[in-house]
Amino acid sequence: MFLIRCPYCGEAREEQEFSYAGEAFIQRPPLTCSDEEWGDYLFKRKNIKGVTTEQWLHSAGCRRIFVMERNNVTYEILSIYTFESKRGAA
Amino acid sequence: MKRLAPQAHERIDRSKTYQFTWQGESYYAYAGDTLASALLANGIDVVGRSFKYGRKRGILAAGVEEPNALVTLESGGYEVPNARATEIELYDQLNAKAASGIPSLRFDLRAALKPFHKFMVAGFYYKTFKWPQKLWPHYEHYLRQLAGFSEVPQQADAEHYDHQYQFVDVAVVGGGAAGLSAALTAAQSGASVLVIDERAELGGELSSEFASSAEAQQWFSSTKQALEQMPNVRILKRSTAFALHDFNLLLVIERRQDHVSLKQRNEKQSRQRQHRVRAKQVILATGSHERPLLFANNDLPGVLMASAMRRYLNEFAVLCGDKPVLAGNNDSIYALAEDLVKRAGVKPVVLDMRVGYDASRLIAAGIDVRQGYTILKASGSNRVEQVSIAKVYYDGKLWSASAATETLDCDVVATSGGFNPLVHLDCHTGSKPLFSNALQAFLPACDKPARISAGSVNGHSDWQACVQDGAYAAHQILGRLEKSVAPTTVKPELKLLNVAPFFCPTHQRNKIFIDMQNDVKASDIELAIRENYRSIEHIKRYTAMGFGTDQGKIGNVLGIALAAQLLNRSIPEVGTTTFRPMYTPVTMGALAGEEVGLLFDPQRFTPIHASHVARGAEFEVVGQWMRPWYFPKAIEHLYDAQSAEDLHTAVQRECLAVRNSVGVMDASTLGKIDIQGPDVREFLARVYTNAWAKLAPGKCRYGVMCDENGMIIDDGVTACLSDTHFVMTTTTGGAARIYNHLETWLQTEWPALKVYLTSVTDHWSTTAIVGPKARRVIEKLCSDIDFNAKAFPFMDWREGTVAGVPARVMRISFSGELSYEINVPANYGRYIWEQVMEAGKEFDITPYGTETMHVLRAEKGYIIVGQDTDGSLSPYDANMGWAVSLTKPYPFLGQRALTRSDTVRTDRKQLVGLLPHDAQKVLPEGTQLVNAIEDKAMIGHVTSSYLSPILGRSIAMAVVKAGLSRMGNTIYAKTVGGETIPVTIADSVFYDTAKEKLDGEV
Amino acid sequence: MKYSWLALLKEGLKGHQDWTPTWPDVTPQTAYDVIIVGGGGHGLATAYYLARDFPTKKIAVLEKGWIGGGNTGRNTTIVRSNYLWDEAALLYEHALKLWEGLTEELDFNVMFSQRGVYNLGHTLQDMRDIERRVSANLLNGVDAEVVSVAELKERIPILETGKQVRYPVMGASFQARGGVARHDAVAWGFARAASRLGVDIVQNCEVIGMDVSGGRIHGVETTRGFIKADQVGCVPAGHASVLAKMANVRLPLESHPLQAFVSEPMKPVLHTVVMSNAVHGYVSQSDKGDLVIGAGIDSYTGYAQRGSPHLIDHCAAAMIELFPIFSRTRLNRQWGGIVDTCPDACPIISPIPEVKGLYFNCGWGTGGFKATPGSGHVFAQTIGHDTPHPLAAPFHIQRFTTGALIDEHGAAGVAH
Repeated sequence: MFLIRCPYCGEAREEQEFSYAGEAFIQRPPLTCSDEEWGDYLFKRKNIKGVTTEQWLHSAGCRRIFVMERNNVTYEILSIYTFESKRGAA
Repeated sequence: MKRLAPQAHERIDRSKTYQFTWQGESYYAYAGDTLASALLANGIDVVGRSFKYGRKRGILAAGVEEPNALVTLESGGYEVPNARATEIELYDQLNAKAASGIPSLRFDLRAALKPFHKFMVAGFYYKTFKWPQKLWPHYEHYLRQLAGFSEVPQQADAEHYDHQYQFVDVAVVGGGAAGLSAALTAAQSGASVLVIDERAELGGELSSEFASSAEAQQWFSSTKQALEQMPNVRILKRSTAFALHDFNLLLVIERRQDHVSLKQRNEKQSRQRQHRVRAKQVILATGSHERPLLFANNDLPGVLMASAMRRYLNEFAVLCGDKPVLAGNNDSIYALAEDLVKRAGVKPVVLDMRVGYDASRLIAAGIDVRQGYTILKASGSNRVEQVSIAKVYYDGKLWSASAATETLDCDVVATSGGFNPLVHLDCHTGSKPLFSNALQAFLPACDKPARISAGSVNGHSDWQACVQDGAYAAHQILGRLEKSVAPTTVKPELKLLNVAPFFCPTHQRNKIFIDMQNDVKASDIELAIRENYRSIEHIKRYTAMGFGTDQGKIGNVLGIALAAQLLNRSIPEVGTTTFRPMYTPVTMGALAGEEVGLLFDPQRFTPIHASHVARGAEFEVVGQWMRPWYFPKAIEHLYDAQSAEDLHTAVQRECLAVRNSVGVMDASTLGKIDIQGPDVREFLARVYTNAWAKLAPGKCRYGVMCDENGMIIDDGVTACLSDTHFVMTTTTGGAARIYNHLETWLQTEWPALKVYLTSVTDHWSTTAIVGPKARRVIEKLCSDIDFNAKAFPFMDWREGTVAGVPARVMRISFSGELSYEINVPANYGRYIWEQVMEAGKEFDITPYGTETMHVLRAEKGYIIVGQDTDGSLSPYDANMGWAVSLTKPYPFLGQRALTRSDTVRTDRKQLVGLLPHDAQKVLPEGTQLVNAIEDKAMIGHVTSSYLSPILGRSIAMAVVKAGLSRMGNTIYAKTVGGETIPVTIADSVFYDTAKEKLDGEV
Repeated sequence: MKYSWLALLKEGLKGHQDWTPTWPDVTPQTAYDVIIVGGGGHGLATAYYLARDFPTKKIAVLEKGWIGGGNTGRNTTIVRSNYLWDEAALLYEHALKLWEGLTEELDFNVMFSQRGVYNLGHTLQDMRDIERRVSANLLNGVDAEVVSVAELKERIPILETGKQVRYPVMGASFQARGGVARHDAVAWGFARAASRLGVDIVQNCEVIGMDVSGGRIHGVETTRGFIKADQVGCVPAGHASVLAKMANVRLPLESHPLQAFVSEPMKPVLHTVVMSNAVHGYVSQSDKGDLVIGAGIDSYTGYAQRGSPHLIDHCAAAMIELFPIFSRTRLNRQWGGIVDTCPDACPIISPIPEVKGLYFNCGWGTGGFKATPGSGHVFAQTIGHDTPHPLAAPFHIQRFTTGALIDEHGAAGVAH
């Protein structure tokens, strides 16, 4: 039962306010890609055991999506950041 | 067994005598008693029967670890199944009966099967009842009757429950010496502190010390008083912390009324409350449970835990027997002996497996102390009468018993085989407990952040050390909270009770009970290992050890130790089974809290709801919404009798009214998303399959939305308010999902698009006036819009004033009729509806519900996403290729998927119309379709089906393999009822194919 | 030793001293023809059917912990075959037929109890879906029935069928041949039967690497050394992606926590299985008397075998919604499993195209237990013949490229 600090709202809130929104940073291939590439993009996931990088939506809050690095074995949250900060850094 | 004269620190109130009923007979006891102490005080030995062999069982413990004394408490709406007598606080007129005994406590069928018990070993049922397999249900039927304890209550709950959230700096679990000390230290720093204790009074095991230590009593009173006066401390008594989840979410059940007599319960107050505590730091001062020694017939009534006997003596003034034999493998056994002598004048025989403990004081008092002895076997019929004892030797690795035995008469046996620290909560988040050889116990690892353990859960045995450990733990966590309090404390030394290593006699292991509730014997563990169930988890599962309502609190560690011996491994190598929530059983209602009945899920009503109720509407559940399904008219009968139209009659009437005159529908539930920004058209072009670049202000457009898999997920109309402002409608059920979907794309993939979404579903109310006379109705209400069909064409919208209310009027249609959807701010919704009803009176305006809406749209072949589509239909499959634009600069979501090899197949299931050959035959929706009468291979199914009043015949929509190229073919519907109905594949537009009705009456 | 009353009688008189291991513990050999990775029900079943149908093959099952310790020992044991789509229904029906003879086949009582399974409908759309599914089931030779509310009230008197609740029950589908089984017994029974046919069952042997080169597999690296094999069948449930990564393969899976809980044991009161998707929960009563209740899946990925408590609370509320008399019963224990979910809620039973000799059987999500014998059988055939068994063919991993999904999400009543 996570306690999640939304990077936009700045407060730690109950997991129920948020929704898991899947693996982060999946690259969308162009229209010209092969069926295999499209299938990979659409369905195949890293599904890592350990530290994952994933999207969460503050669905009952500010409704912003942010990135969470989380250990899905120990359930530790390692970091939370916005897409903007990532883009800014890149 | 008897009640002693008043004792100095007893917890009973002898001024209040309570009557209670046990097994239908009346008894008396005092306020402050538990049901267990009351039964003991009344000399009741046998309180239950065991699960498998129906053996007589007495009270073993004094707390939540009790495996035997399960009762059914009360009846009707107040019944509690499988309640533990040791936990039930006695109240006046309490009524309980044993939870076991087939058919009765006195005579148990399972006990009568005694000659067969030797065959009923662990897992015997896996080896038998196999052949023929068909007969298993019959065997099972009888086996099931023998299993289980209480009946499930027969009535719904008479009481209710609630939840409360708590946010504290420090949560302290346990109100014994360590917990109170920790709480006080923490609270002195100014931190907010929550103390949680499962009993009616604080003190825990410390209370047992009061009789012998004035100092303990004094420390307790002053600490308790101090805590009660501090505003930053909250104390939850009668409260069990049953789970500790990640990020220190501590779940607590507070029993608020279970101790109150039924007559005095406050029905406005919840029976139990679940506290969901988020604590910055958690101190686990959970204490420990004693475990027994093992010997044959150790399950006889009258054999109990030493600490329990001590507690019954000191707190309840109940003497469990006049001729006690105390047996132990650690120092604690002597404290009980001293109390017995001092308080009851009883001289027990004390057996200590070890040698060397200085018992001179007791010996001087004339107590028979035998060191190097233990019990091998107990005997008795209804209760223990004798024990055989023998000398035992320890060779540094294993115990052995001398062959010579001696018999002692007794009427109670109290044993202590060491202590099991209550590591449960610490383990709920995956930590493994650590075994200590010095303590012969598993200790909490406390390796997760923001928690610490204190007191006897850490192996401390004397109360002063527990007090010190509590303060020490508090200091540790205060540092983490950046608070402090002086003076600091040092970690106390462990004062060992010198628990001897585990011993299980080798004889009659088929009479040595490891798990009493589930009748798991030492021989069962031997058998499991013999059959290669060697992992502790396999042993547990094969023998059912620890599966009872006590979760093996007493027995599991014994089973682990025995398995270790048999496997020739160390105890930590064998390890424990996993400790999972709940620590003790939790009432299902308390988990649910208030979210039962109509509060199970939020109910959403449109602003017009009250009008629908007043008009007698029947409602359909759509997502969380309650939508009018149809509006049955009252039918007058002879002799003043009255009934209402059925669905069919009402829908026929509603449909014809719309087609021939005018109807009105509440469309407020459709999802509405306000979309603003300079890039909205581009955004729409990406999320919908069709083109949006040229949608001008004042115009509306229908769109189909796909996921990246190319399948339809939603549809709806979007209106262009201005070049930077649009309103999208979604399906009712899909509103939240689609809103999330759109936000996700915007925020993650298209941050460069300047588009902003706001859900406005609840902000607007929508009343749709539908039918050839719709214009005549709306013209009466709105004078600032020109409703002429040319001035205000189909798929346009206008801003205006309807009945004095600013409104957006959209000329869109889900029926093929002339239709105006009046959107007004939600608070005006009902007013507008009533104004429309009034204005439409002269045209006999007819309110209609979702069912009529479905028929009307099906007559026009309009799909309902989620009914006619199921996530496996592309826009092409749905015959909506006209709404797909492949030439947009940025490919729409799902576009790439449409060209995959399977998605381009020409024989995919496609949406078509069906006309049953029998025009009065309405196909059941969902019915599968086949090519030929005898076929079983399915080619599709009926998605929508109705009797069309305007066409006077049945129509259906369906998906059919390659259906679009099979127009006119006859196929067959195979109903669940066994009918085979011939149908013709047809265009899915059944009515007004020339679209002549769209402009209504001219 | 064959299990029977007679054997029990004989052994009982001798104090049960002579029972032999249900399956022997063995040290792994250095090479096998086929290695099955994962000693859960599906893996053990695969090994059993391989050994039975391909007797010349040398087979080992490698289990990282103890057999049956994953989802096999953690599920709510529901067995049924009333799936919507042909491909799924045929696969599960194949399994159900095997269940019906499994106790005798394995000489181990798996306590398969055909007490029937109800899938409740609470909305008009639920009822359309039920009609659609039952109609399809009947044509596929799967027993199925649409049950009215009145009939439900007769058959399950303790079920709340009134209209005053939030989501009134409108009807149900019923599969009489569905039911429950004893989950541990399935693992142990397959283990025993497989080992009697010569399969090596190796516990405490974790696969930590795969030797893949030249487009094919040569063996696996384990915590107990390298073991050579030309064919490796992976049946690792929640850990499928972890294993796949060792062969540099990505799967269309996400592993999520799924939670369940049981009440204290009580006298029999519920004699069938009741499932409801709309209110999120399913329940049966075990032979021991516990109400066995399954909750929803946690939205996030997790390999910790624990989920969030609000799902349990919600499920408890759902149970009370369906059975008001359960409100005062007490819940004894909750636990979690790791379910490997596929985008179309259907499994992958497939050779891995890019690695010859490597096969995966995974993606069963919340519904794997019921398929155990069928899954094992078709997977064994797929490995044995190195070509997909006809019933397994639609579940080829290629479907995620072609788009030929078998979308069981559409069958609302059938998500579990």
